[in-house]
Amino acid sequence: MEKTLNNRAWFLVLPVLVLVAFSAVIPLMTVVNYAFNDTFGNNQFFWAGLEWFQDAISSERLHAALGRQILFSGIILAIEVPLGIFIALNMPKSGFWSSFCLVLMSLPLLIPFNVVGTIWQIFGRVDIGLLGHTLASLGIDYNYTNNALDAWMTVIVMDVWHWTSLVALLSFAGLQSIPQAYYQAAKIDQASRWSVFRFIELPKMAGVLLIAILLRFMDSFMIYTEPFVVTGGGPGNSTTFLSIDLVKTAIGQFDLGPAAAFSLMYFLVILLVSWVFYTVMVTLDKQETK
Amino acid sequence: MTQITLSKLAHSYLAQPKSDADYALKEMDHVWRDGGAYALLGSSGCGKTTLLNIISGLLRPSQGRVLFGDRDVTDAPTTARNIAQVFQFPVVYDTMTVRENLAFPLRNRGMDATYIAARVNQIAQMIGMEAVLSRKARGLTADAKQKISLGRGMVREDVNAVLFDEPLTVIDPHMKWELRTQLKQLHRQFGHTMIYVTHDQTEALTFADKVVVMYDGRVVQMGTPEELFETPAHTFVGYFIGSPGMNFIDAKVAGSVAHLTGADLALGASYAPITGKCKIGIRPEYCALTTGAGLPVTVQRVEDVGRHRVIRATMFGAPFNIIAPEGTPIAADDTRVQVVADKINVYADDWRVAPQRGT
Repeated sequence: MEKTLNNRAWFLVLPVLVLVAFSAVIPLMTVVNYAFNDTFGNNQFFWAGLEWFQDAISSERLHAALGRQILFSGIILAIEVPLGIFIALNMPKSGFWSSFCLVLMSLPLLIPFNVVGTIWQIFGRVDIGLLGHTLASLGIDYNYTNNALDAWMTVIVMDVWHWTSLVALLSFAGLQSIPQAYYQAAKIDQASRWSVFRFIELPKMAGVLLIAILLRFMDSFMIYTEPFVVTGGGPGNSTTFLSIDLVKTAIGQFDLGPAAAFSLMYFLVILLVSWVFYTVMVTLDKQETK
Repeated sequence: MTQITLSKLAHSYLAQPKSDADYALKEMDHVWRDGGAYALLGSSGCGKTTLLNIISGLLRPSQGRVLFGDRDVTDAPTTARNIAQVFQFPVVYDTMTVRENLAFPLRNRGMDATYIAARVNQIAQMIGMEAVLSRKARGLTADAKQKISLGRGMVREDVNAVLFDEPLTVIDPHMKWELRTQLKQLHRQFGHTMIYVTHDQTEALTFADKVVVMYDGRVVQMGTPEELFETPAHTFVGYFIGSPGMNFIDAKVAGSVAHLTGADLALGASYAPITGKCKIGIRPEYCALTTGAGLPVTVQRVEDVGRHRVIRATMFGAPFNIIAPEGTPIAADDTRVQVVADKINVYADDWRVAPQRGT
């Protein structure tokens, strides 16, 4: 489409720019300020250069948190994506039960994060929680407050419960857009169920699936509220993910310098990953419409 | 390859059809001869696609049987029928190359790899796609994709029939002609039974040896393009085939004379007494505008469509079309129309009445 070039149109963006400056850019600049300076209060700053960045990069505590974070994101993606696709493939395609399933699946998505955390915190308690108590009475030694593995499982199952619906709903939308003729043609070609999935459903879902993976990756990589409410990062540091660790550093220990340097790098990593996803999606789109 | 027989076939999309109107397909008996090129012609919603899906096994008829040769396949699934179908919108496997697309039906049937390679090359040559065999099917144009669909249908040598469901809908006009020619060529080369569903009479008449015209869930006529033109069995056929369609005038027929509202017209043959609502039908091609004798008409307008002119007129208040050769002068006192008596058809309750023999 031919667009009219008129640079004065930029003035229309000005109000938004001012708003964003106050809500995002200026606070971010203070973070940048903290990242490059050291302070002992009284608004006195001493230039620290890249010292905090070097500290953060070589911090073992951070490495451990990053490791846990990657493991967590990896596990929940490995569970939620296939499970979401599987659910979408087996959902009723139309009629009352289809709508019923859609509503039922959207429910977890509508619950605020800290409520989800609270639900599972209570659900898993051995003394009064349905899950914890049931497991205990079955003779299974389950306690997420002092067993690291139990804590991990609780956090992962909670995330799967909360977010698989998102993948399923997006996949379902992708599946619904496939014309019936494709399935009929596949029948005539004697394609196996696997071939139908591999050559018809998966390619047609690729676009939405990529969005689902991006969203789930971003959200899980930044996850804070839910594990914080359930385990508080414990037992020990076993469920201390990057953002929990960041908050501990920043407003637990008031190490604003290292925390600021670290959060800038955190931000850049997420920006980089988003950019990679975006580029892949755009190329995919181009191939589709070519 | 086999003869396909539809015996007492009917279909309704409702579980408990009550009246005739509940049936998408009214009871019919029909035989598709082995190796024939058929066109299934009719307006949208007349049951063409339903019939096609019943033959291909995507739909189970609510009544009647489908026979392939002597084998009853009514309950056989699509995969067991060994038919090919080309759909309205091109169906290709996007992530596969053109070669893999063409090989797919053979591979699924566990054919030998060297045979598949040879056969795919042969088909690619026929549909003119050898040059792009290694390309991904995604990103090809709509007509190239439709050619692949077609090729995938033809790739199995033993296929019982190839069904086409309005395959040229999304194709550009100039490519339509090419694909249609290619289809005819393929039919001549392989002799597959082909059933081609369309609502475009040009497509139907140029593709098929036998055209099957459907109307309101019924097969109203099956015949060669010439038969459909000269002796339409139903007023719908007369109206649907030809551009413009047949003229119909209410009349009372007695012997070999038709009594119209204000005039009498001699027919080319004699008819037995007719019961029901009677009409005579005459093709615009067999009418000529004159000044002298003939039936009275009022000319409304003249359309020049290139090779001939279409005269839109009214006769006794009803529309009446006449085709005149290119360049014919049309004068103000041309108020009569002369018709070729032999070409008049007589209809009772919309169905054609055959003239009595020997007259």
